[in-house]
Parts: sequence; structure tokens; C-alpha cells
Amino acid sequence: MPQHTFVLNGERVTVDVADDVRLLWVLRDILGVTGPKYGCGLNVCKSCTSHINGKAFNPCAVPVSKIKPTDEITTIEGLPATVGRDLHPMQEAWLEEDVAQCGYCQPGQIMAAVALVRKARAEGRTITDDDLDGLRNICRCGTYTRIRAAIKKGEARM
Amino acid sequence: MSEQRRSEPSRRRFLGYLIAAPTLAVGVTWVSTADSAEAVIPTLPQPEDIFDLGDLQNLAATPTSGLVSVQVNEDGTASFALHRCEVGQGITTTVAMMIAEELDLPVERVTITLADARPELLMNQLTGGSNSVRSIFTPVRTAAAIARQQLVRTAATQWGVPESAVTTKDGGLFANGRSATYGDLAKAAAADRTVQVSATLKSTAAFRVLGKPHNRIDALAAVTGRKSFGMDLQVPGAKPCMVRRPPTINGTVRTVRNAAEVEAMPGITDVAVITYGVAVRGETFGQCIDALRALDVDWNPGPVATESDATVLAALKKAQIPLAVPQLGALSVDAEFTFAFASNAPLEPDNAIADVRSDSAEIWSTLKVPIDAREDIARQLGLPLDKVIVHVVPGGGSFGRHLFHDVAAEAAEISQKMGKPVKLSWSRTDHFRQGRVHPMSVSKVRATYLLGNVLTYEQRHTSTETSFSHGLGEMITSTAAELPIAGNLSFAESIFLLTQSVPYNFGVVTQLLNEIPLKFNTGSMRNIYSPNVATARELVVDMLAKKMGRDPVAFRRGFLRDDRLAAVLDKAVQVGQWGRTMPAGTAQGIALHGEYRGAVAVLVEIDCRPSTVNRPVQDGVTGPRVTKATIVVDAGLPLNPRGIEAQMQGCLNDGIALALTSSLHVKDGIPLEGSWDNYFYTRQWNTPVDVQVVVLPPTTNTPSGIGELGVAPSFAAVACAYARATGKVPTSFPINHGTLSFEPLPLEPSTPQSPTNGLDTAF
Repeated sequence: MPQHTFVLNGERVTVDVADDVRLLWVLRDILGVTGPKYGCGLNVCKSCTSHINGKAFNPCAVPVSKIKPTDEITTIEGLPATVGRDLHPMQEAWLEEDVAQCGYCQPGQIMAAVALVRKARAEGRTITDDDLDGLRNICRCGTYTRIRAAIKKGEARM
Repeated sequence: MSEQRRSEPSRRRFLGYLIAAPTLAVGVTWVSTADSAEAVIPTLPQPEDIFDLGDLQNLAATPTSGLVSVQVNEDGTASFALHRCEVGQGITTTVAMMIAEELDLPVERVTITLADARPELLMNQLTGGSNSVRSIFTPVRTAAAIARQQLVRTAATQWGVPESAVTTKDGGLFANGRSATYGDLAKAAAADRTVQVSATLKSTAAFRVLGKPHNRIDALAAVTGRKSFGMDLQVPGAKPCMVRRPPTINGTVRTVRNAAEVEAMPGITDVAVITYGVAVRGETFGQCIDALRALDVDWNPGPVATESDATVLAALKKAQIPLAVPQLGALSVDAEFTFAFASNAPLEPDNAIADVRSDSAEIWSTLKVPIDAREDIARQLGLPLDKVIVHVVPGGGSFGRHLFHDVAAEAAEISQKMGKPVKLSWSRTDHFRQGRVHPMSVSKVRATYLLGNVLTYEQRHTSTETSFSHGLGEMITSTAAELPIAGNLSFAESIFLLTQSVPYNFGVVTQLLNEIPLKFNTGSMRNIYSPNVATARELVVDMLAKKMGRDPVAFRRGFLRDDRLAAVLDKAVQVGQWGRTMPAGTAQGIALHGEYRGAVAVLVEIDCRPSTVNRPVQDGVTGPRVTKATIVVDAGLPLNPRGIEAQMQGCLNDGIALALTSSLHVKDGIPLEGSWDNYFYTRQWNTPVDVQVVVLPPTTNTPSGIGELGVAPSFAAVACAYARATGKVPTSFPINHGTLSFEPLPLEPSTPQSPTNGLDTAF
């Protein structure tokens, strides 16, 4: 069985698994990291959104063989450590706005939100309603109003 | 809806039991005397004639077998195993608030877990009909109040002071300079034998926790990824499992040509033919997807293989019950509305863990009717009821889906056939194509009027059958729904009649339901019949107002026969600025609905201008956009305004989806939708940027149901706004159903392969 090595939430991990197994299943079924959720396996619902080298991506749509040993994968579990705190400011905003209902999409929503703010910032601007309209993460409970409020609050604190 | 006025009830005492236990435990019987008479879900005809008395033998074993209990622990916390399912609606938070209120304990020190299936609770372990908080309100507070009273008594005895000298605050007891924590006295306060006691409850005016906004108790777990859903559970040996499914609903396997070959694929451990497909078990779900796709299967067609949208619609139109009042030409409004099949799929795909042994079974799944699941699965496996344990897992949404235990029963079947534990997940595509659907329906309305009065209002709602085979939570009633005589139709009719009403003085009013028995996998979807029935009604109200030359709000105000609806209407008109000038192609719409002893008005603004309708979005639909929404809710006694606001926001997005974008297209026996980019539930690009929810101060002394209350008026308001913006009353919902806005995924293999280009879309 081929070996795959990468950095997961700050720690180097190595797994024995076939090349084409999508990273989501490596995280969930082999490594037991269950923050990224399975919602479709089609790169559509975005509930598995995590970060690769700081950028939002969906591990359900990436074979593990495409992950390089130097790639840093961050899931919701590792997000607070990227700012050296117990909770990332975006998570705090989520709590203050009491965003979650069932909670299934929320790890992915938060990871997408953090990446969106970073992207806008890299472009030298703050997020707009158009940016928020462009977020594809589904929330079937319909928490969109509070998601939008939380992202704006989280952005101000990042 | 009730005309119940707010008045303080007499301070009567409520009964409970001190239960013999190591630390203080207080139980209450689960037949609520205070509230159950107005339960939304109806009581069936008495079931004793079909109930096997043998089933009752274990239930009557002790006089307290049906208790639910609040426990006080030595660490100063209180805990309660809730006999309901948390699926996002927030009942665990509200129940924690109830216990905190009566126990004088911070909400953070109340732990709520979900109870396993408990057959001794009879019909009282069903989560549905927006009835949980309404039915729990009095019994759970009673248990907490007795617990507090017992702690006070214990402290008074130990300290040699009268009970009246002991006060409680934040989990502590105080008297004459002495103090103790609840944890200190949890053991001393415990009963050594079970005895009946009584306590009075706080008056609602004295509430310090209930009635104030409170954030969810599971929020931290949710935002850190620590909240554990079914697929996150680790049960020894329960490896991933998925199913190759037929290309028509409930098709069956004729032959599998390469089972041995597939079983030898990397990571795969087992292959088994099951009722509606072929199951594969392996090391990862990814390898299960590879394996199910590699299977070479011949299928028998399912029971609706020849049905499509058009054939179902034709059958519905043929089955309509005739209207009684003749058409009166210019003095009548005649309308007919078609509502497409819709999916009640939550975001978390249906999943269950099953560990079936030769003499026992253990199941984990999100179940809103766990007793029914346990009895059904025991029967299916050929095991005695007491050898089957069913654990209830918090769900990633429900919307009606988890009233049924299809996935748990299937996991049990697979585990039994493979002889190994399995963690079964349906794929997203399975979820849309083979999962339960909300039936297609047609609502025909005729209203007549003369000299400024509406004389008659008739509504004939015709639907493909909605399965209520989950009954009221228990085998007795489940069986009743399957009986040919007291069968599903009468049960459905009962539910229809007990949930529908016309809140206007429209003279002679009749609303009737007819259902046609097509064998689709159906079930309730959030708010059951109301979204469609109320949308037809409110559209006709607008049509009547127009014909009679009146403003929609003034017209409603004039004909309303319910003060609470009038109050929410007035507030919505004021907050949402009804009647403000709007550009051409945009409009306001308003709608009202009362149910679950609550009342809601929704006022939306919609933009139907081409520049908005045709705005581009990749792999999705845009269409008209609801730009603003004002929701005013009278929740009776609002227990957690923050949770109520959240539910209204969710209901709004459901209503928008039902009106504009989300439906299933059934073709040759199966829905074409296979992903969230086909089934267009509201996304960020279709949600209003401006949403305001107003929760009215208390109007009664009991809480209304909340989780579904806002769907119908939201759907109706969007439909009314669309009609006013475009000048054309839509007759088919959602409005985009006539256009297939996506390329359907292949029907075979039943689950598409996951993409490999995910890094290309990183941002």
C-alpha cells in the first residue's frame, strides 16, 4: 500500500492508503478527524471545507496522492492553533451570533469564511455582500442571515 | 387557533416522584395533564381493539416505568435524558432552560442527552408536529421544581432551620449564613424509596431564564467540530458501508454478476444483496463508492417505474373532490395551484450504525420515532424486543426525514446479512432519488363574494399519499395506519383537518383532502400540508382583494377572525413598511398563518427585474430575489426568543425555496435530482440580505410550536409578492419547475464518482 505524508493540523502524519482515496475519507475514516463532514462527495455542498496551505478547499474532491509532504492541511480542529488561541475569532463570532442550528455545515462554513476574509484582505479590501452571495456552502437549516452577520463580525476581529 | 388570553393560572401543585437512586432523582409521568389536550398531532381512535395485550405486560411492570427524570449529580450539575430528538430545532437548549429556571441552576450546569428508545413511554417519544416544547413545558419544570424543593428540605433538616429560611441561587443553598452547593447535598437529598411528592411551579412573571434570549447549549461543540453526528461515532468493527441502488424508486435486484470480484477490491470486506440494492462494506467510504460503482447488476423495476411528473399530475386532477358551490362568473375567484414533489433531505445524509448479533442488536441513528424503529427492527430481525437497543443520535437536520427509520432498518438488514457491524451512509444522490419525498399536490380553490362580503371559500387539496406509517410513535398506532379500514387515508385526513384552518370570515368554508395511493417513498416535510394549502389560500385572498378593489392588508384586516393574527399583521405592516413605493418589477407580499397555537405574519419584498432574475451564478439558479423579509411571530409564551428568531429565519429560507427554486422532477420512476446543485434549496445568493424577526411579548401562558410555524407564511408571502411584482398569479410551484436547470447525473451507477480536481477551486 502506498504511503502518503502531509502536515495535518500542525503535525506530520503518514497513512497507508491507495492513491485515489479522497482526502476526506483519509481524514475521517483512517485518521478519525471528523470535523469535516460528508454532505455530498461531489464538491457541491462544501460541508467538508478545510484549508490547504491556508486556502479553502474540499477534501472530498482531492485524491490523497495529490497532497504533497509539505502541504499543510488544516481542519476545523486545527483552526484555533493557527492564531495561537483556544478559539479562532471567526468561531467566537459564530458563538456570539448563535449561528448554528443542527451544526452539520458549520465547520465548513467557518473554514470558508476565514478563507474568504483572507482572500479579500490579500486583495486589499473588505468583504462585500457580493462576496457573501458567492459562498457556496449550503446550510439546509437556513442560518444564512446569521452566517453573514458572523462573518462581518469575525472579519473585524481577524 | 385558540383565542386563549393571557391570564395567570392558579398556583396548583404538580405531582412527581422522588426516585430511589444514589443521588437526587425526580421523575414525572409522561402524560401531561396541563397541555396535552391541545396537542397538534391528533389522538387516534382508541387502539385497544388492535393492541395485543401481551405487548403491555412489560410496560405495567412498575407504577413508575413511564417516568422521565431529572437528576442532580455530585458535581453540582443536573442531567436529563430527553425523550425527543435534537435535529437543529433547539429543544435541548429550551429544555435546559426549563430545568435551570425551576432548579435555580445556571443553564451551563444542565446536561441534556437523548434517551434511547423507551417503549414504556408509549406514544410519548415522537419528535414531530412542533409539539416537543409544548408537551415538555409542564412535566420537566415539575421535575426540576421538586428537585429544588427536596434540596431545600434536605438543607433545612441538616441545618435545623425552617424550609422557608432556605434560599437557592445559582446552584447553591443559603440560610442564616450557612451555605452548600447542590452537589454537596445531591446524595443526602436522594430518596431511599420511590415516593410521590408535589411542588408548585414558578409563575411565568417570576421567570429569570425562560423568556430571555439564550444561545444554544451545543454551539461550542458545533463550531469546533466536536459535535458528534452518526457518522462520527466510533463503534468497534463498524466499518463504512454503502449501497448500490436501482435506477427506479424501490427497484429490486435481479442478478449481480460480479459480487466475488467486487468483494476482492482494495479495502472491501463484504458484498450482500439486500431488499433494495446491493450493500458493500469496506475500510473507507471512498472505497465503498468505488465498489458499488463496479458492481454489475440487473434490476427489476420499482412500483412507480412508469410514473413521471405528468402522469402523477393527471392522476391528481382526476381524483379531485368536486366543489359544491357553482361558479358565479364575475363574482367568484377560481384558482388551481400545482405543487411539485419536494425533498425533505437534510444536509447530513441518512446514516445508521448497526451491530446485529445472533441473539441481540444495537442500533445508532437519528430517529424521531425511536420506539417504532425499535419494534420494527426487532420484528425484521426476528429478535425479542428487549434484545434490541436503539440509541438516538442528534441529527444534522431532519425536516421530516427522520420520522422514518428506513436507514436504520437497512443498516440492521445489512449487518445481519454480513454478520458484522456496519456504519451505513446513503450517498447524496441516494438521498434525493430514493429518499422520502414530500408528495406532489394540487389545490383547487373557489371563493364567491357579493356586496363586499365573501360568501364561500372552498378548497380541495389533492395529494399523492403522505405516509404517516410512523404513526404516533409506537407500534399500536403504526399498525393502525397500515390497517385497511382505519387506514392511512383517515389518519391523513385527521391530520389535515387538525392542522388546516381559514382564519378569515369567509362565510361557508370547507377544506377537504383527497389522496391517491401511488407508491412513492413519501413523508411529511417541515409543516406537512400547510405550506401548500396556505399558499393557495393567501394567493386567493390577494385575488379576492384585487377583485373587490381593496388593498391586501386592509382586506385581510377586515376579514380576520383572530386577534392574534391581527396583531402580528399590524406589527408586520408597521415594521416592514407595507405600502412603501417600490420600483416596477419589484413588490411587497404579505401572508398570515396560525398553527401550533402560534401566529405569524411575513412581509417580503421581491425583485423580479430581468437584471436580477438573470444574474449569473455558476451551477445554480438565481431567478427572482427576495431582498427583504420581516417576520412577526406570536409564539404564545416565547421561551427562548433567540431560538425562535433562528427558527423563523430557517423557515423563511424554506419558504423561499418552495416558492421559487426547490423541487424534484420525477421522470420514469425516479427523481432526476442528485446533488445540491440540482435540488435548489436556498443558497446565499438567493437569501435576503435584510431579514428582521420580531418576537412579540407573551400573549398566553403556554409556548406555541415554533420549528415549522414560519414555513407556510413565508412561502405564501413570497408567492404573493411574486404575483404582485409580475402581475401574474403563478399556478405552479416552485415557479422555475417548468425549466430543468441542470444536467441530471447518470442513473447508473447510482452514486457518482467524487471529483479529483478539488485543488482547482481552492480560494
